[in-house]
Amino acid sequence: MAPINNLDDLNPIHMDVLREIGNIGSGSAATALSGLLGAPVDISVPSVKCLDFAQTIEFMGGAEELVIGLMLRFEGEISGLILYILKTEFAQKVINAFYSKDIESLMDMDEMDKSAICEIGNIMAGSYVRALADLTGMIIDISVPDICVDMAGAILSVPAIQYASLGDKVLFIDDNFKVSSGDIKSNMILIPEMDSLGMLFGKLGIEI
Amino acid sequence: MSILTVGISDLAVSKAPDVICTYALGSCVGICLYDETKKIGGLVHIMLPSSKEAPHIHDNLKKFADTGIKMLVMEIERAGGNVRNLKAKIAGGAQMFAGVSSFNIGERNVKSVKQILSELNIQIVAEQTGDKIGRTVFFDTQTGMLEVKSATRGITVI
Repeated sequence: MAPINNLDDLNPIHMDVLREIGNIGSGSAATALSGLLGAPVDISVPSVKCLDFAQTIEFMGGAEELVIGLMLRFEGEISGLILYILKTEFAQKVINAFYSKDIESLMDMDEMDKSAICEIGNIMAGSYVRALADLTGMIIDISVPDICVDMAGAILSVPAIQYASLGDKVLFIDDNFKVSSGDIKSNMILIPEMDSLGMLFGKLGIEI
Repeated sequence: MSILTVGISDLAVSKAPDVICTYALGSCVGICLYDETKKIGGLVHIMLPSSKEAPHIHDNLKKFADTGIKMLVMEIERAGGNVRNLKAKIAGGAQMFAGVSSFNIGERNVKSVKQILSELNIQIVAEQTGDKIGRTVFFDTQTGMLEVKSATRGITVI
């Protein structure tokens, strides 16, 4: 069979495996979030989709929608990029749960709020990647996240440019965490580098 | 008057009184070329500095500064404009993320755009590039004015 060069080459079995990895990683991230917030966090089954950048922008509410982007790299036996796209509601609930502060819009966030969101991204991504590492026996490290509050289209253009050679598709993981004050939605985009997908499936014993 | 929307790695050419817009430029650059005498304008939204750096992704040449700008000039000439009359306004090329996980593509895009325009003898009459902000632009082919809208800093007209 042909090597996997980008997400277009994946068959339904591959997608199921990625979905399952999404489930396990999201469960692990929910546990981490629960620890941070000091409150129980439940999670519904995340939806894992393979979308192109235009669809991802649509899903986030359009190119000009103001969102938080948290970007980190993972490196090791497999490498790639994780980008969290978080909406106002996520910041409001998390910052409030953290230190009882209310913010009206993302523009109200100060440096401390941004640091708090970064830290949460760090922990969520860390637990996600750890779940993946445990599952596959691979060693994977993550970088400290970078934060940007701006238009969804401008934020998503960063991975689109960086991975232009890999094609137009990303793995889009739509998480819904349930806390006492309601639902917290988090959208995570995972872009594995060229040979990492093949390596990942190889480790899991799945034929490419 | 109609408003034409240009997506990423795409271009459009039109005549007065139309407006050409492109949304949420991050590290990408929007290049507006305008023939004032004919009131013909065009906009290309490029992602990457050079087609020569990426010989394996030539599915869409509007993606690159070098090929995208040349295609835009051709389209404007086809619509009746003259390359000798063209003036440029550019926006975008931001660095959205500050840290190590990004590489400075915005700056490289702007540099490449300027070089290509200089090779084509097209003068840049206004620009709003760099910084850390996303930008939406509206290019008015009636006046040649470019409205630049940012999420954090409001609207400026250049």
